[in-house]
Amino acid sequence: MEFFKTDKTYNFMGNKLPFLALSLILFLASIGILFTKGLNFGIDFAGGTLVQIKYDKTAPIDNIRDILKQKPHFANASITEFGSDEEIVIRITASSNSVTTDVSDEMHKILSSTGNFEIRRIDMVGPKVGDELREKGFMALGLSFVMILIYVSFRFEYRFAVASVFALIHDLVIAVGAIALFDVEVNLDILAALLTLLGYSINDTIIVFDRIRENVQNSKDGLLEDVINTSVSRTLSRTTLTSLTTFFVVVTLFIFGGEIIHGFAFTLLVGIIVGTYSSIFIASTFLVQLKFSIENFRAKEAEKLKRQKEKEKLRAMYEQGTI
Amino acid sequence: MKIFNYRLIIFALSIIFGVVFAMPSFLQTDSGKKINLGLDLQGGLHMLLGVNTDEAVTSKIKSYASSIKYFAQDEDILLDELSINGDTVEFNILDEDEIKKVDEMLSKIKGLDIQKPSSLNYLISLSESEKELVKDLSVSQAVETIRNRLDQFGLAEPTVIRQGETDIVVELPGIKSAAEEKAARELISQPANLEMMAVDEEIADQVYSMTPQQAALYGAVILEKSDNPNEKYLVKEIPILNGEQIIDAQVAFDQSNQPIINFTLNSSGARIFGEFTANNIGKRLAVVLDGKVYSAPNIRERIGGGSGQISGGFTLVEAGNVAIALRSGALPASVKLLEKRSVGPSLGADSIQASMIALLVGFGMVMIFMVVYYKTAGIIANIALITNIFIIVAVMAMFGATLTLPGMAGIVLTVGMAVDANVIITERIRELLQAGVSVKKAIEDGYANAMSAILDANITTLLVAVILYAYGTGPVKGFAVTISIGILASMLTAILGTHGIYEMLMNKIQKSKNIGNWFGVK
Repeated sequence: MEFFKTDKTYNFMGNKLPFLALSLILFLASIGILFTKGLNFGIDFAGGTLVQIKYDKTAPIDNIRDILKQKPHFANASITEFGSDEEIVIRITASSNSVTTDVSDEMHKILSSTGNFEIRRIDMVGPKVGDELREKGFMALGLSFVMILIYVSFRFEYRFAVASVFALIHDLVIAVGAIALFDVEVNLDILAALLTLLGYSINDTIIVFDRIRENVQNSKDGLLEDVINTSVSRTLSRTTLTSLTTFFVVVTLFIFGGEIIHGFAFTLLVGIIVGTYSSIFIASTFLVQLKFSIENFRAKEAEKLKRQKEKEKLRAMYEQGTI
Repeated sequence: MKIFNYRLIIFALSIIFGVVFAMPSFLQTDSGKKINLGLDLQGGLHMLLGVNTDEAVTSKIKSYASSIKYFAQDEDILLDELSINGDTVEFNILDEDEIKKVDEMLSKIKGLDIQKPSSLNYLISLSESEKELVKDLSVSQAVETIRNRLDQFGLAEPTVIRQGETDIVVELPGIKSAAEEKAARELISQPANLEMMAVDEEIADQVYSMTPQQAALYGAVILEKSDNPNEKYLVKEIPILNGEQIIDAQVAFDQSNQPIINFTLNSSGARIFGEFTANNIGKRLAVVLDGKVYSAPNIRERIGGGSGQISGGFTLVEAGNVAIALRSGALPASVKLLEKRSVGPSLGADSIQASMIALLVGFGMVMIFMVVYYKTAGIIANIALITNIFIIVAVMAMFGATLTLPGMAGIVLTVGMAVDANVIITERIRELLQAGVSVKKAIEDGYANAMSAILDANITTLLVAVILYAYGTGPVKGFAVTISIGILASMLTAILGTHGIYEMLMNKIQKSKNIGNWFGVK
């Protein structure tokens, strides 16, 4: 089976404008959502208490809401269904409620009239820890970018590195925009998903860039646009295929993985789509914008090769004892 | 068939390794190393505690104050206005001839910062480096103490590790009920700081009219009774003894069958206790635990032998916990609960089931897809994929790594990404076949051409995974671990392993009439 003919070359560069426009719109819309709606930070980052309760019948949410409203330190609690209508999650934002209060006992007492239930999970995160986790999260994201920049500069050229980081920022911003739009609760697992998305997306982009690097050496007409068109076309099968297999498993995670893993799978789902799209349509155009020059690159590579050869020659001479 | 090629041999060895070390985890056998399940999968309690290290500095200076006082009494040196002010001990010597003795005694204590505004006036505090040392020590000591207490409490496999400068992570997989959780939490956070303090009889009648500030002028503090906050005592600030001198504590019962705690002091504690009681007959001695007075009996006679008791309306469980806490030593400083996560066992079981279903369905879909798309090459890639899973499980079991829910997701994700290398390689082979290259050369060059892309792509992904490990906590770390092992294993199985299989089948492929069938092309 073949999705794309191995010898067919598509003209991506000639049709780049509509895709660049689409990306720009998505990018700006995401930033707009971020600034207007904002992210829904969960207790991992905001601090607070989360209680997950499972009833042996449909959970009487309205009743629970009324009862909690009368308790001063639960007054601002939010109650939502979790996965099924028997299970609910109560979220209490950090503030007066100190981490040490015994929420489990208290809940059992307060809610005893609402039926039989089991408290399945209690997470309490103090505000100090929340701040620290957030700080660490940003550090991790920032450091990932730096490491990718360094590695790709070292293996390719700095323009490849900058182009791939632009593509990553593009993917990341749109994914975060989707998280904000769909009101996904941002906890540590979402951060992990975003970092995975970075890894996945850079992976995709590098496969394409690797082909460009290779074809730059072989290209006869020396036109960057043509090289990119062939390279993206040649890797198209691989890009779609790997994205498809990864997409399959993430979809199964999303459907079967349970409520706790939902946000994580959602983020990856969006990330894979955006990451694949940017690797095919966007990342390479950045190379053109950055004025990547085939001639210069070839000259540099030739220089590298020459130096390598000279070194080997010297070594050979040294080993033969002529130096 | 060319069975003996080095790639195939390495691949076969890794299959054997994977199967042998993964089996105990898959079959849940009793022996052999198994993957640990994280708290989010097996249920349990995770806590992050912060140690108030400043308190350790204060209590250190307090203990120096006691020893200065004791030394002075021993040597008949008259000290005036010995008092503690924040982190500083202040006192005056009355007799100039004693300066030498005091200086000599102080010079034996390391890490002190001694200031003398006048020749007879002493201001003593800890030097900055000593403060840091005391703080650092207080955290490691707290880790040790908490570990001791949990061991005596009888919970399965408690984990107590230090995190960063002042924090401690406690993980208790054995906790199953809210009551157990509460007991464990109280046991951990109880300072268990026992002090014997003298009631200041000279000003005792003013206890209800004095403010704490006024009391401090007399070198005294006002403490509440444990079971009745309205009953107050004025006790001398510098304790006679503290819990450091306790060597044993046991629950017993008094005449009215109320639980009490009997404790035994070490020899130096016993000596101090004996001398103090001998010199203060008729006065009261307050037994203070964690800043509350439990009892304040009159001293009737000298108490030798170094044992005493704490009574004061304990329940049996409370008394048991206090005894454990006293035995395993006081916390050098109080701890504050910064973060707590508890997962019930039923939720963990649900999570395991859900992620197992996701794993199997995802796995099945990928495998079917590969065979449909690539025919025989797909089957070969699938062999690598299955081996990959075994190796991930085997490596995790070998290193005793912890599998968390995001870790499960990581394995599922690895399945999707692990076929990538084979997709890249097979696409390259297809291209070369299309260009009319012989099948043997197509396979060799296909692997060679694909190498740089696979390496660069995997190394960058690995870099991100390592950062995730370094900055992540708990479950997220587990995710980083599975992803990293998965990437490394996929390079072994997908690059080396499948290449070995092709080499083995090379003659057959070359003789085959329909080479396209091997790679899913016409």
